Amino acid sequence: MTVTLWGTRGSLPAPGAETARYGGNTSCVEVRGRDGTVLVLDAGTGIRRLGKTLPNSLRRLDLLLTHLHMDHIQGLGFFAPLHNPDLEVHIWGPASTTANLRTRLMRYLSPPLFPVRLRDLPCRLTLHEVPCGDFSIGEFQVASALVCHPGPTVAYRISSARGALAYFPDHEPALGVQKFPMGCDWTSGCALAAGVDLLIHDAQYSKEEYPQHIGWGHSAVDDTLRFAALAEVKQLVPFHHDPAHNDDDLDRMIAAARATTRRFTITPGTEGAAFEVG
Amino acid sequence: MSQKEIEVILIRQLASYLAMAVFIVDAEGNLAFYNEPAERILGHRFDETGEMPATEWATAWTPTNEEGESLAPEALPLWIALHDRRVATGRLWIRALDNVPRYIEVVAFPLLGQGDRHLGAVSLLWEAEPL
Repeated sequence: MTVTLWGTRGSLPAPGAETARYGGNTSCVEVRGRDGTVLVLDAGTGIRRLGKTLPNSLRRLDLLLTHLHMDHIQGLGFFAPLHNPDLEVHIWGPASTTANLRTRLMRYLSPPLFPVRLRDLPCRLTLHEVPCGDFSIGEFQVASALVCHPGPTVAYRISSARGALAYFPDHEPALGVQKFPMGCDWTSGCALAAGVDLLIHDAQYSKEEYPQHIGWGHSAVDDTLRFAALAEVKQLVPFHHDPAHNDDDLDRMIAAARATTRRFTITPGTEGAAFEVG
Repeated sequence: MSQKEIEVILIRQLASYLAMAVFIVDAEGNLAFYNEPAERILGHRFDETGEMPATEWATAWTPTNEEGESLAPEALPLWIALHDRRVATGRLWIRALDNVPRYIEVVAFPLLGQGDRHLGAVSLLWEAEPL
């Protein structure tokens, strides 16, 4: 599979010269299979550019939302495939304890927040609630699990015959753990990420910043490294960069992370970067 | 060990910060965790007890009623919360693993996750004055 990062920023788009290298668009990742299957992970602002690159021959597209915080759905209304009546679009995402996925999406895709209503989108749209057990899309097997982040939030594991990717853009597995990490069974999301070839994981804060943000649902880079080591991944992509971090800040954070461990490869989440998995 | 559900992980983290005794079982009834205040009541550290099946924890502390009669597992509030998925309360004697008899009050409730997922049950334990 080919994994392409279209948005790597967390919380809020951060355009500007000072963020040009790592990118300012919010979370969006494309996963393309050898058979042409296209999965899109989250609909942050990066999804707009992705929408312009998809082939006209595409007949089905699956959009997997981890959760419905604004930085993960803000690009929805600007995603061209949703306006294509010839395209079958499946959106997967979590319900809440009181509202189904459709109701939750309609809160954004309706006035006054957005002029076009969900029901008026021209594509042939089907919604699916997760977690719902493992399911198949084209050549991919998809697993999901609720993970530690405020509100219903899932992470995904996407496997093909050749390799596996885990996507955890918003995740605070160290929350409340007095000595992180505990064993894999007691660590949020660990089984889902275990042994993957590529882990894309929240690394929003530095170790120094984290104490002021405990409970906000994001990880310090050091905890991300511990999680990746516990899950025994092969390659880590620190992701969901804080909008206050410029490129120089991220250079320093990544250099420090690389100096900490050599158990796996660390490749920073950079807009436009592509990875071959398997 | 299998991966614990996020709700069970989070309630364990919460319990580890509380000054009240908390005892947690998973959906199969296996003891998943009890916190330090519960260790004082139960007379044993969780690290030494470890996880154990329902048939074991339901008898390990030798629960009896006020007349000294043994309580079947089905009569324990936590068992009721787990199997009937409702809140249950009760007062009972236990013999703690430090061999001290203690009279306790128990409030137990099921853990239900979104999507109607049954995740286990939790009991809160208090030492009480015998009637």
